[in-house]
Amino acid sequence: MAKILMKGNEAVAEAAIRSGCRLYFAYPITPQSELIEYMARMMPKVNGVFLQAESEISAINMVYGAAGCGKRVMTSSSSPGISLKMEGISYLAGAQLPCVIINVQRGGPGLGDIQPAQGDYFQATKGGGHGDYRLIVMAPSSVQEFADMASEAFDLADKYRNPVMILADGMLGQMMEPVEFKTPKTDAEIADMWLQHKSWCIQPNEDGDKKHHHEINSLEIDPLMLEIHVNKLYEKYAEIEKNEIKFEEFNISDENEILCVAWGTASRVVKSAINEVKAQGHSVGLIRPINVWPFPYEDVKKAIGPNVKKVYVFELNTGQMLDDVKIAVAGKVPVDFWGKVGGVVFTPAEIKVKLEQALKE
Amino acid sequence: MQVIATRPEALTDVPFTYCPGCLHGVAHRLVAEAIDEHGLINQMMGVAPVGCSVFAYKFFNMDMAEAAHGRAPAVATGMKRARPEMHVFTYQGDGDLAAIGTAEIVHAANRGEHMSVFFVNNAIYGMTGGQMAPTTLPEMKTTTSPYGRNTDDVGFPIRVCELLNTLVAPYYIERVSLLTPADILKAKKAVSKAIKYNKEGRGFTFVELISTCPTNWGLDPIKSRDWAKENMLPFFKPGCLRDKGEGVE
Repeated sequence: MAKILMKGNEAVAEAAIRSGCRLYFAYPITPQSELIEYMARMMPKVNGVFLQAESEISAINMVYGAAGCGKRVMTSSSSPGISLKMEGISYLAGAQLPCVIINVQRGGPGLGDIQPAQGDYFQATKGGGHGDYRLIVMAPSSVQEFADMASEAFDLADKYRNPVMILADGMLGQMMEPVEFKTPKTDAEIADMWLQHKSWCIQPNEDGDKKHHHEINSLEIDPLMLEIHVNKLYEKYAEIEKNEIKFEEFNISDENEILCVAWGTASRVVKSAINEVKAQGHSVGLIRPINVWPFPYEDVKKAIGPNVKKVYVFELNTGQMLDDVKIAVAGKVPVDFWGKVGGVVFTPAEIKVKLEQALKE
Repeated sequence: MQVIATRPEALTDVPFTYCPGCLHGVAHRLVAEAIDEHGLINQMMGVAPVGCSVFAYKFFNMDMAEAAHGRAPAVATGMKRARPEMHVFTYQGDGDLAAIGTAEIVHAANRGEHMSVFFVNNAIYGMTGGQMAPTTLPEMKTTTSPYGRNTDDVGFPIRVCELLNTLVAPYYIERVSLLTPADILKAKKAVSKAIKYNKEGRGFTFVELISTCPTNWGLDPIKSRDWAKENMLPFFKPGCLRDKGEGVE
């Protein structure tokens, strides 16, 4: 199939529909408006449900209802709206409901601004809502990857009965790049996908079974029962940590003098800077977590070559993934950080200066 | 042997968790009887609220979702949109529906969302121990209005039926009471009508049921009903505000 030039927001929406998403509930917010608008245009054409909710809170609770019926459902927003969804996300995780949530991050805190930022890493990977739970969090760094993640996110959500978040940013949402799409799922394939949830989801009582009763619920009033439930969730999260580590290595070798760690949009800038210092005869590697939860702790540690004198973390925040990198490095070599905030994106030249300074140390 | 009274099929055999004298049991039974009456048990799904009736998901004998506080109409919207071949109801109290869930109920009603909402109003937060509700009457004492509801400070009770009746889309809005056997029979008709309209795909149907809270009001069940008759019914007047099926608009 030919590549199409598209904005990230539209590409991920198209990819979600092709992956069998037939229900989408959301509320407008910049810089993800093209996503909700694309869904408004395209969902009716596949007999899907598009509904603009009265709030982010309602949208995520509509997702809860639809996911409880075992169907592929998605919502999207940007940072302040994701904060509002956190109540519902905690309930979705507690009730073990599969769904996909897209965060096209912007600058914060508070109303912040509408430019690209990576300030929601903690919120996405460390909880955000109340209680002990985890989201699978995927962080794209190109429009193609953003689109590809839609189908992968739905598959993971279905596999683990867990909400999956795609943590993009305003750059990826607004930027246009060539993108190639997968063949759309057929109606028969989509119907088959719904069947995998038949043992637990809300559905008509076709056999007239007098005991037909499924509960979509996160409440366990008996502490001993809730203990069992939360421990069961943790066993699932441990399984996810074992199976779903995903990262990219760029220019990693034994000659590396510095190992960079960056995710999403930030990683693209770091790659350009690495190529520039390479031309000057220096070897700098990059490890890019693609899934930021589960985090590739062991792989970051392994990527520290024999000549690496420093691990350098670059993010569009004041140092959030930095904490995970420090856990991974475990004191083996010094860890340094540089970031930009407020929706300001660093340039390859700025990163290059930082690398050159570090190479001289 | 002839069976003259039995548990509705639409209720499970899980024992209710309600206080003695509470009318939730009556309200549950009315909803379950209506589902049985219209033969909807195999196509019905329900949403339980947060509050005293939080365990309603265990009591109704069909697929049920337990919603976050106030969010039942949004959850029901997602369910109905995902399962258009099924029918959905929510069962909510006054704190749930008229305070934290005000946006959800207003907008579900405004969309004419295909659902039946059963709204139990007893003018107090029961499960959390008797705090002031959006429907608490003026001067009424609760644990968070210990000197009586001061309307200069926190305003007046919200009449939800009247509020929703300003919207164009709702198909049926009625307020009934559960305070006397005669009232319960009227309530049964209203609940049945809501489920009938739901079955027929008419849109948004809403029944408010005026109830009591003997435990948190500090009155016995009989005195609670007398108090509610004297104090609640003049403010929350029973009656049909909207019935597009019978030309009442």
